[in-house]
Amino acid sequence: MSVSELELTEFRAEVSAWMHENNPKDPGFLLPQTFMEVGDERQLEFLREWQHKVWAAGYLGMAWPEAYGGRGADPAFQTIADQEMRRHAVPISFNIIGLGWAGPLINDIGTTEEKEKYLKRILTAEDVWCQGFSEPENGSDLGNAQTRAVRDGDEYVINGQKIWTTMGNFAQYMILLARTNPDTPRKYDGLSFFLSPMNIAGVETRPIRKLTGEYGFTETFFTDARIPANCLMGEEGQGWKIAMQTLQYERGAEAGAAGGQMMVRVTVEDMINELQGVSRDEAAVLEDPLLRDELVRAVMEEKSQILGVRRGAIPGLSSDYPGSLLLSGKLRMSESTRRMRQLAIKLQGAEGALYVGDEEARQGGFWQRAYLNSFSATIGGGTSQVQTNIVAEHVLGLPK
Amino acid sequence: MIIGNTTLTLTEEQGMLMDVAREFCRDKSPVSAVREQLDTELGYDAGVWKEMIALGWTGIALPEHCGGSGLGVSALVPVFEAMGRALLGTPLLTTSLAAQLVMRAAGAAQESVLADIASGKIATLALTEDADWGREHFAVSLDKNGTLSGMKRFVPDAAVAELFVVPVQREGELVIALVGASQLPDGAIRPNTLIDETKRAANVDFTGVRVDENSLISGEQVANAINDTRLIGALLVAAEATGSAGACLDTIVEYLKTRKQFGKLIGSYQALKHPTVDILIDTDSSRSFIYHAATVVGDETLDRDGEIACRMAKAQATDTLLQAGDRAIQFHGGMGFTYECNAQLYLRRAQWSQQQFGDAQHHRTRLAKLLLG
Repeated sequence: MSVSELELTEFRAEVSAWMHENNPKDPGFLLPQTFMEVGDERQLEFLREWQHKVWAAGYLGMAWPEAYGGRGADPAFQTIADQEMRRHAVPISFNIIGLGWAGPLINDIGTTEEKEKYLKRILTAEDVWCQGFSEPENGSDLGNAQTRAVRDGDEYVINGQKIWTTMGNFAQYMILLARTNPDTPRKYDGLSFFLSPMNIAGVETRPIRKLTGEYGFTETFFTDARIPANCLMGEEGQGWKIAMQTLQYERGAEAGAAGGQMMVRVTVEDMINELQGVSRDEAAVLEDPLLRDELVRAVMEEKSQILGVRRGAIPGLSSDYPGSLLLSGKLRMSESTRRMRQLAIKLQGAEGALYVGDEEARQGGFWQRAYLNSFSATIGGGTSQVQTNIVAEHVLGLPK
Repeated sequence: MIIGNTTLTLTEEQGMLMDVAREFCRDKSPVSAVREQLDTELGYDAGVWKEMIALGWTGIALPEHCGGSGLGVSALVPVFEAMGRALLGTPLLTTSLAAQLVMRAAGAAQESVLADIASGKIATLALTEDADWGREHFAVSLDKNGTLSGMKRFVPDAAVAELFVVPVQREGELVIALVGASQLPDGAIRPNTLIDETKRAANVDFTGVRVDENSLISGEQVANAINDTRLIGALLVAAEATGSAGACLDTIVEYLKTRKQFGKLIGSYQALKHPTVDILIDTDSSRSFIYHAATVVGDETLDRDGEIACRMAKAQATDTLLQAGDRAIQFHGGMGFTYECNAQLYLRRAQWSQQQFGDAQHHRTRLAKLLLG
């Protein structure tokens, strides 16, 4: 399928106009900045309605098959729609485990039955999906997951505990990594992958209160929970391979994801625009030479991320330590975001001590909350320290 | 938009030059060859320099009608990155910058000078007078009779330069004097002892040298040309530093993969592993910045995007190389403290690179003004 530049340009104008027109007004309560912060029913219903509206307008799942709620369009259209969502800073597409992980996986390797059952309801947000990978004792060491799945007739019996289940208390389904064989020589080979229902006996979720004071994750307990045997994806023992496959969809619509934005992007420019009015030593904060240096460093970090993406797409410029830009992407992005938000609090002077709930807090405590939340990215999906090990071992070839 | 221009492309010519330059530098400048030159007067292999001229590298960024390739500064970036990777000296850097200044300030009026440089004449840029990179008013001056007085310091490759391109003050006006080596009195050149033993520089006293009108470049474009040449100097040094940082990283990684302590390869210790990844990430940033700058800097007067790009490239690349060189010494342990260990070559290059055309702090201060007002 080839798409002309003209079609894409016209489409961008169309979607941009729609986002501008339909970007919801401030609902009067704090909206999640990322999909990991959906804490209450009010936020959930608001975001569900928004996602449904975006889908109904035709701007979500554009590259997925028409038979399953998509539009069968070239992924380039969805990429543009995603860019415009970011640009217009519309609310997040909260059902991201469905849109960006489970959905594309089912679309790629699922059976026809699975596609019919799940895909459209992911797009419409009728079904919320969550992910059951991490366990209390196996956070970064995912391959060691111990939650058991034992075959019993046409069912599997699940026992164990998952943690950091995003929206676990709202989800209808979970992509579940569980151990079907505890005796394999390689721990990875004993894992299997399930599309597992949440609203069944033996599954209990307990919301976790985050450092921000809000909710968004649960612990999920499985106690003799029985799920149909056909919830298994692929074969027993392929769990690790399939779990790794879900990670590739993070690259967006071109890689198969339905699209949408998982977080509201906050730039250094936003920070500077919002906080430049603060006074320090009876002058504008932007006149402080040391803070100026920190701000320049922050701008350079952000610019370097953008340039890195450009350079990574040019083979001739990414041949030294291949994979470096790709594998270090999450590490760089999450750490630089964390540093930037820390700086945003510093820029506020004495008001940096205020928090969400204080009516005098700048932007309702936006930056304070954003800083505390930034650790979800430096810890979740493999801590920065583990990410650093991965880069060291897989890119530089350093020993374990 | 504070982030501004983010274009980054690689032309076919840049790609070809990158391949050729990398292979050439790898062949001609293994570290053993670099070491052989550390205590020679010249500081480089004259035969290799001749080959570089034959490859056309002295004319890459010069117009075709001057015998150059007309590819602009952007095509020099991969060449200097490759040279930095191999720590290959030679007067190419200062010759290229001298040529940029003449081209930008005089254009067609000095075509024969540019043609000579393209065909291999060694030129050098005699710019700096003291510790202040940001100095816009020069103490070296030209009087009414066309006689120079004053000294330029840290003039690269002065001992072998055939032509000195010298920005000076003429009664409140910035002009550029072109001085032939033969015009210098005996003893005018006093070599510096540099921290980087692969580089050569000297103080050059121009006092008493007479400059005729044909060898003077004046006009209101001179100030811009000098500013732009400083920025391009910063970019090319950044390109060199990026290559050196890559090679330094290789040196660290190689040692971490082979050296054992307490019964384990030292690369398995996170105290060494993690800072090494930081160096990789910073080197990646440096490469992105230099090729972005290469994309936005052309033959015309640099615009705001071009200035920001050159300054960011320099700030990033020289800080990165300094950190890489510094950690390379530390991670080599006792070996790292020896002259024999190659880590010192990178650390010395790092300190030299910081001091060319402004260190990282200098450029961040200028960037603050550009970005934050």
